[in-house]
Amino acid sequence: MSDLKNIQNDYSAKLNNHLSLENINKIKSELFGKNGLISSQFKNIGSIPETDRKKFASDLNQIKDELQNLIANKINEIESKKINEKLEKEKIDVTLPERPFVKGKIHPVSQTIDEISSIFSEIGFSIEEGPDVENEYNNFTALNTPDNHPARDMHDTFYLDDNKEILLRTHTSPVQIRTMLKDNPPFKIIAPGRTYRSDSDQTHAPMFHQVEGLHIDKDINMGHLKGCLNYFIKEFFEVEKIKMRFRPSHFPFTEPSAEVDIGYKIKDGKIVIGEGDQWLEILGCGMVHPNVLKNVKVDPSKYQGYAFGIGIDRLAMLKYGINDLRAFFDCDYRWLNHFGFDPLDVPTNYRGLSR
Amino acid sequence: MKITFDWIKDHLDTKFKEDKLLDQLTNVGLEVEGVENLLAGLDLFKVAKILKTEKHPNADRLKVCDVDVGEKEIKKVVCGAPNAREGLITVYAPPGAIVPKSKVKLVVAKIRDVTSYGMLCSESELNLSNESDGITELSSKKYGKSIGKSYFSKSNSNLIDLSITPNRPDCLGVRGIARDLAASGFGKLKDLKEKKIKSKNKQSLKVKINKEKNQACSSFGSCLITNVKNTESPKWLKDKLVSIGQKPISAIVDITNYVMLDINRPLHAYDADKIEKGIIVRNSKSGEEFTALDNKNYTLDDGMCVISDSKGVLGLGGIIGGTRSGTEFDTKNILLESAYFEPRSIRSTSKKLNLDTDAKFRFERGIDPLSIEDGLNKAALLIKEICGGEISKIDIQRIELGKVKTIKFDTNLFEKITGFKISTKEILKILEDLGFKIKKEKNYLKLSVPTWRPDISQEIDIVEELVRITGYDKIKIIDPIKERTKSTLTQSQKLFHFLQRAIASKGYLEAITWSFTDSNYNDHFKDKNKEIKIVNPISSDLGVLRNSIFSNLIMYMNKNLDRGFKDLSIFEIGPIFTGLNPGEQNTVVCGLSAGKKSRLSWVEKERNVDVFDIKRDVVQTLVEAGYNSDKFFIDSETPNYYHPGKSGRLFLNRGKDQVAAYFGEIHPNIIKKIDIKTETLVGFEIFVDNLKIPKKALKDQKTKFEVSDYQKSERDFAFIVNKKIKAQDLINAVSSVDKKLISNIRVFDVYEGENIPENQKSIAINVTIQSSEKTLNDNDLENINNAIIKTVENKTGAKIRS
Repeated sequence: MSDLKNIQNDYSAKLNNHLSLENINKIKSELFGKNGLISSQFKNIGSIPETDRKKFASDLNQIKDELQNLIANKINEIESKKINEKLEKEKIDVTLPERPFVKGKIHPVSQTIDEISSIFSEIGFSIEEGPDVENEYNNFTALNTPDNHPARDMHDTFYLDDNKEILLRTHTSPVQIRTMLKDNPPFKIIAPGRTYRSDSDQTHAPMFHQVEGLHIDKDINMGHLKGCLNYFIKEFFEVEKIKMRFRPSHFPFTEPSAEVDIGYKIKDGKIVIGEGDQWLEILGCGMVHPNVLKNVKVDPSKYQGYAFGIGIDRLAMLKYGINDLRAFFDCDYRWLNHFGFDPLDVPTNYRGLSR
Repeated sequence: MKITFDWIKDHLDTKFKEDKLLDQLTNVGLEVEGVENLLAGLDLFKVAKILKTEKHPNADRLKVCDVDVGEKEIKKVVCGAPNAREGLITVYAPPGAIVPKSKVKLVVAKIRDVTSYGMLCSESELNLSNESDGITELSSKKYGKSIGKSYFSKSNSNLIDLSITPNRPDCLGVRGIARDLAASGFGKLKDLKEKKIKSKNKQSLKVKINKEKNQACSSFGSCLITNVKNTESPKWLKDKLVSIGQKPISAIVDITNYVMLDINRPLHAYDADKIEKGIIVRNSKSGEEFTALDNKNYTLDDGMCVISDSKGVLGLGGIIGGTRSGTEFDTKNILLESAYFEPRSIRSTSKKLNLDTDAKFRFERGIDPLSIEDGLNKAALLIKEICGGEISKIDIQRIELGKVKTIKFDTNLFEKITGFKISTKEILKILEDLGFKIKKEKNYLKLSVPTWRPDISQEIDIVEELVRITGYDKIKIIDPIKERTKSTLTQSQKLFHFLQRAIASKGYLEAITWSFTDSNYNDHFKDKNKEIKIVNPISSDLGVLRNSIFSNLIMYMNKNLDRGFKDLSIFEIGPIFTGLNPGEQNTVVCGLSAGKKSRLSWVEKERNVDVFDIKRDVVQTLVEAGYNSDKFFIDSETPNYYHPGKSGRLFLNRGKDQVAAYFGEIHPNIIKKIDIKTETLVGFEIFVDNLKIPKKALKDQKTKFEVSDYQKSERDFAFIVNKKIKAQDLINAVSSVDKKLISNIRVFDVYEGENIPENQKSIAINVTIQSSEKTLNDNDLENINNAIIKTVENKTGAKIRS
């Protein structure tokens, strides 16, 4: 009896000391090893007089549990101390830079084309394309701009042959011709793309981008044209109100023709679209000339509609506050980084055009 | 076209002010490009009288003048004019005034130690004439009482610059503009009741239009004015020309200019004494020469319309006169020409000779054939009034009569095109105001088109006139319907957009460069393509269409490297050109990557960008676009601008399609020639048009989801192979063993050198084996193992490394 009590006292005291894992394991085997102090007491149970046996066994079990708990706690204590010490050592400076990553950008013109496509998609336009190299017929003659007509002087044309039959398209309008020759009406398309004029200064680049629009059906009139462009400009600039002015002009391939100005003002050195009393020309448009329809075998007494041509670079400059057209094509790394868009920023109808 | 409101008022009665005018001009389609106050500051120029002149103490030719400028103080002005003398009335410009000719602002200045307060002006300095020999002399009768008053008459009329579209020659004359304004309700067009020449003298100089094929002159009106004294123009005429920025020259020239600007009727004045035996209008013969009024010599082709006499060419009809018959100050007898020339002929001649004149600009747009007489009447009477002399009768030679165009106009067309209605009454009023003669028929109007409107020939032209004058603001907005009946993009357009953003997402900045390039750069990259020259390039270094995007991209890459950037990736998606004809172009995604990865990183080891970086970008992009990389086939046949040993060609399907992409290092010779300073330069080209649209679209149902839950095993093999054997061959050999069981093959080591025989290399691969039907036992695995070794050894000549 007193034996058990002694073991309990001795070892409780021992386990209260600072111990290494080794010391503990030693104690463990002293107590619970094959011939350990506790283990041998269990063997003795049989020799205890029957009257005392029950109590002895119960005491023994209690002491065993107690000591085992003590040992387990001690081991736990040491181990967690060890882990904590290890973690303490592993501490790093998380303010150091992350592993290098690269970031690409989408050119503002490409982004603007996607925005334009997204807007016109919503009202049922699909996208057509045409080649950059065109023949003189598609670029001029079919568009009611015959040779020896002064209207041709409005376009400074790059030619690829001496007979002036092959050229770089001066506008996206030849896509109208190609589209209408290929299919039957109705037509409802836009055609963005590169265009070329031999003109180069601060505000003109020898290459620039246009988007052509064409809507031909049985009863499309100037009201539809105005509505379509009004919608487009509002959506594109993402403003509630827009000031728009249609004024008569002349293009050989449309009649009546119009140029469209939008109202703006300069505030703190920045252009604000939709307010103010300054006017800025942004596009040309009109009702497709009957001669053009005849040239593509569409009967002008049955079908009519409108066409428009918008300078994409100009729109991008206005919307995103870019001052210099030439910089679009200069490929300056810093410029591309500054004005470019994240490739994940795809303009969509449900997310909106821009973030 | 430059005009002033004052000049418009010669033709228009109106109560409106100038700001309204500007709006109205724009509203009817005569776009106001700019408004300038030409006379601003001119009020500073004063009529002044020289009281006294003294010789300048330090300069023989200079005088110091005491000038009365109408103020208390007498001004001291240093003047070099020989005619500066006591009592002369002249024009004085004070310090602060801007000299019209030189645009120099005057200041108080010391001229050879004598202070001069302002300047006495010559007519040339005032842009009034070419007279520069002395200062302006004003008559004391007229100006004696005006000392101190402004010399230039007060006018608040600004110079208005209009952009006249090429279809509106009539608006190249002030009257045409006034007519449009009147039609739009801005006032009433004045009936000028022009006087006609009353003369008994016949026009004695014979004029003949040769009747020949393609004769461009259909009528030639003329009138002879004898015994004139060419002189300076009167003030009203000078003022008129100066008000629109033109410089007065002499009365005869000024009058012809005035008539041209006023009613768009170009005239030409010949010195009649220099014409030999009458005028012949004919087509030129190849090789004929003449000296034009621009003092240049022109050699003509066959068939250009010339005005000639028996000695030869006098001038190009409707374009430019010649020096031989030009009028001068001492010209006594004038032949005044007023003719009609065919626009197309004018244009083709002037294009061929590269000649641009005001007359040509007007004739090529179409001059009113019925203005011949009006022009002669108006000009001849003015010449007589100003220069004296006798006017002959008008002579008009015609080889064909101009026809008046008629149009049947159905008034319903207006609403059909514009979407809104105007009353027939309004229609009639507008058309009448514009000069149409109208006959009302049962269902339509029969319209006679005014002869000054060559642009109007069909019904739609009438609609345009009506809507333009009514105002575009009347067009109602019809909101678009949000309905899509056709998909917006085609499959290939979707691919374009996808590739563009997929490449950008791999760290490339998108560039847009010209479609043309420098032939020196293009030569490096044109491969087997032909050079496509631009006939009239903007500059010689942009002289050819690009055969590859690399030419521009590498040039701009170099510029950026020169800016001090080291690690750059840029790309462009756009056309390259393979031939001269429309459609001979391909869409290419082209990228360049220079420098290092992880330069100066504390955490990663820096290394040069290499072929396998760019190969990853290409392959990953294609995989993302929906192509199965298991089917890719790669070899090393690449164009000569790539490093021959470090570049590859990728096919989507072995032998079944065109080249999908090239990738690799740019050839070191090119880097050296272009002098690019970078550690490495790798590039790729993806040929978008060669990519077949993936069979499975995103909208299609996906294939059945099948995975195996049976245990998989991995086995490593190391083969010793000839150096020439490609990893791809080894992988293909392994996968051919059992496509069902072999689910993945990875190359994890390539080694040459010690312990490996010369010309051989060791390739270590890891093969994943898994069945979808059962757990493979040792026996099964052993069989596959052996089959792999045997197949690889047989197919590639490899030996398993023991």
